[in-house]
Amino acid sequence: MGGGRVVAGCLAPHPPHLVYAENPPQNAPTSEGGWEQLRWGYDRLRASLANIDHDVMVLLSPHWQTYVGTHFLGLPHFEGLSVDPIFPNLFRYTYDMKVDVNLATAIHDEAAASGLDVHMMTNPEFRVDYGTITTAHLTDPAWSKPLVVISSNRSRHYYSVEVMQEMMAELGRATRRAIEASGKRAVVLARNSLSHRHFTTEPDVPEDMSHEHITSHAMHLWDMRIIDHMVGGRAQRLLDEMPEFTEQAIAETDGGGLTWLMHTLGVPSYPAVLHGYGTVIGTGNAVVEWPAWKHEEAVV
Amino acid sequence: MARVEARGGGGLSEVVATLVVPVHPHPLLAPDTNEGYARLRVAFEEAAKRIEESGADLLVVYSTTWPSIIGHQMQADPNPVWNLVDHDFHDLGTMHYDFRIDAEFAHAWKLAAEKRGLSARTVAYEGFPIDVGSVVALSLLNPGNRIPAAIVSSNVYANRAETTVLAKACMDAAKGRKIAVVAAMSLSNRMFTQRIDPKEDRIHSLKDDEWNRKILEFLADGRLEDVAQLSRTIHTQIRVQKVVAFKPMWFLSAMNEHRNDLTGEVLAYEALHGAGGAVVHLDPASNGKGDKEYDEENVEVFGGDRGVLDAVEEHAAHPESTPRQDGGPALWEPVEGQGAVNSDAAPKPVGAYPHARRVGDMLYLSGVGPRQPGTNAIPGGPIHDVAGAPLEYDIRAQTRAVVANVERVLAEAGGSLNDIVDVTTFLVDMERDFAGYNEVWAETLGKVGPTRTTLAIRSLPTPIAVEMKVIAHLKQ
Repeated sequence: MGGGRVVAGCLAPHPPHLVYAENPPQNAPTSEGGWEQLRWGYDRLRASLANIDHDVMVLLSPHWQTYVGTHFLGLPHFEGLSVDPIFPNLFRYTYDMKVDVNLATAIHDEAAASGLDVHMMTNPEFRVDYGTITTAHLTDPAWSKPLVVISSNRSRHYYSVEVMQEMMAELGRATRRAIEASGKRAVVLARNSLSHRHFTTEPDVPEDMSHEHITSHAMHLWDMRIIDHMVGGRAQRLLDEMPEFTEQAIAETDGGGLTWLMHTLGVPSYPAVLHGYGTVIGTGNAVVEWPAWKHEEAVV
Repeated sequence: MARVEARGGGGLSEVVATLVVPVHPHPLLAPDTNEGYARLRVAFEEAAKRIEESGADLLVVYSTTWPSIIGHQMQADPNPVWNLVDHDFHDLGTMHYDFRIDAEFAHAWKLAAEKRGLSARTVAYEGFPIDVGSVVALSLLNPGNRIPAAIVSSNVYANRAETTVLAKACMDAAKGRKIAVVAAMSLSNRMFTQRIDPKEDRIHSLKDDEWNRKILEFLADGRLEDVAQLSRTIHTQIRVQKVVAFKPMWFLSAMNEHRNDLTGEVLAYEALHGAGGAVVHLDPASNGKGDKEYDEENVEVFGGDRGVLDAVEEHAAHPESTPRQDGGPALWEPVEGQGAVNSDAAPKPVGAYPHARRVGDMLYLSGVGPRQPGTNAIPGGPIHDVAGAPLEYDIRAQTRAVVANVERVLAEAGGSLNDIVDVTTFLVDMERDFAGYNEVWAETLGKVGPTRTTLAIRSLPTPIAVEMKVIAHLKQ
């Protein structure tokens, strides 16, 4: 077919706190707000994406953790109740999502041809991970677009950050090729946070923002350095520093999402747009957009 | 046998069986696809039979596939029902569960954990995703929900002290019940990173296999505490980092009072997609080989980094004080100033004052108790627990420790016990303790001959029974 393209890439972190703070009808717990800097960041991201014509959203999910290869949701429809096993007090969300199985299969096949171990998940009773649901809700609250959901292979922990980067780079390139061949316009999203050291206690009122801050100055410095590379258009430099960042900031980039995203975008040298930064129980989170449609040729 | 008197009364809690079981779904969903999976299934069934024969009336599962961040989570839905599909092995099918959870016990455990300084909460939500390790364990070890069950998460940040305290809180809450405690865990947890034919399954590497067999050799000898002490080494050697640490042995050992003389039997050891899976039964009967030394701090109350949020403010208000792990008053750096005498060998003050102050030839000591410098342990034991429940203690040991601390402060000033001219002693229970205190006095300060006044008071700032106020005349 051909003619498809990646129209935008996003770093779209998935703390369930952001959904909890918003009080959507799908989520059972209710709140008095909180984490506004990040939620305003998502407001700006949504406004930006609303101006970009796209057919599908492709997500790589650090909370669908697989140890035996990379997996793809492989049925057209999933629905159910998602309860966060770590923050069940904040996130009990009734979801109903559409999956672009054709594109998922195409990425699966392209990745398999590249030598990666990949699997389609076709058990209809499978419960979609809460992180996928959080990011999907925050970027598209109407659930208007079909999704492709890719698991996070734990190669960083089996081998090393370097091996993880190699595998996720290949998966990213395969994703890009499959999107281009599909004729579809895709927004690609990595769902990870940045520095990832949590507080281990929670205020009585979880949304009490007087308790919210980064866990340490070192984590803050790392987050700012990485964001600076993003907005400076230095994706290759970001990838080069990924091993140190991942280890020293205990970063959620260990799931491979950001590496995958950079390669799905073709390792961009144009600046990203920072829509927001904030902390969630001490972890660093940035909402960032790479407006690929502005910087790349229209059709490959 | 691990029999522990519950804090706050309620009778002896008793661990009557200890089990280690694997977490992967193959023995539950696909036992016929590999002879090893079938042997694990048979071992699960044998373990279930032994639990029943043990007379257990409470089944406690510590699951490594339920990670938590905010403290420790206890399942408290009395009847969780769901269909679980494994994230990796979704092609094996669906695990339907319908469990009977002892919600009352879960709440009691949470409260007991909080009393011991832990952050804890119960979870009771429709559709809560009970983890695969717990589902496999409860499905195969407790068919028909014969025994009320409890499930606790594995906190990703918890160290040994915290995990030990969690186990002690479990025993507090159990109050007279007979517990079968289960660790749902892999041994080596490195799986093949590609799909394999189940018939070709084997332990991922020879190194992993050798470590697994060494661990199982120890467990077969009943040496649970030895495996617990090797936990960090095992984690480094055969565990995939950041997946789950090798913590469950800390929990199991603490539940068994850190014993090394249990009666162990390995019921099965097989590969599960490359990971090491074993079913092990540890009976509390002594194997007669003698117990070994428990050489780590036997912590009763946890402080650690729990309370990070609140501690920041408290610490900022009093930068010279350090919050106590046992919930007691904060410890302070001794105040410096003209004539101040402070000793690193003496316990830290519980307020802003020096250990002693010299005025000319006279040395005036602040009140001295028996706490040990560095650890704050109380020789002879504290007089009550963190919840205020009275404990047995030894007044003689406490009094000797007070005299030793007095001697340390005097030595810092260049003096000795022989320089003491006057002592005022405070006892919290004159009737119970005067004789023992007097006996130690006669052996020590009585030989020096200072004047003495002994008073009964209601309480002291820390859980001690005796404190002395000392005045000395230092020789030039």
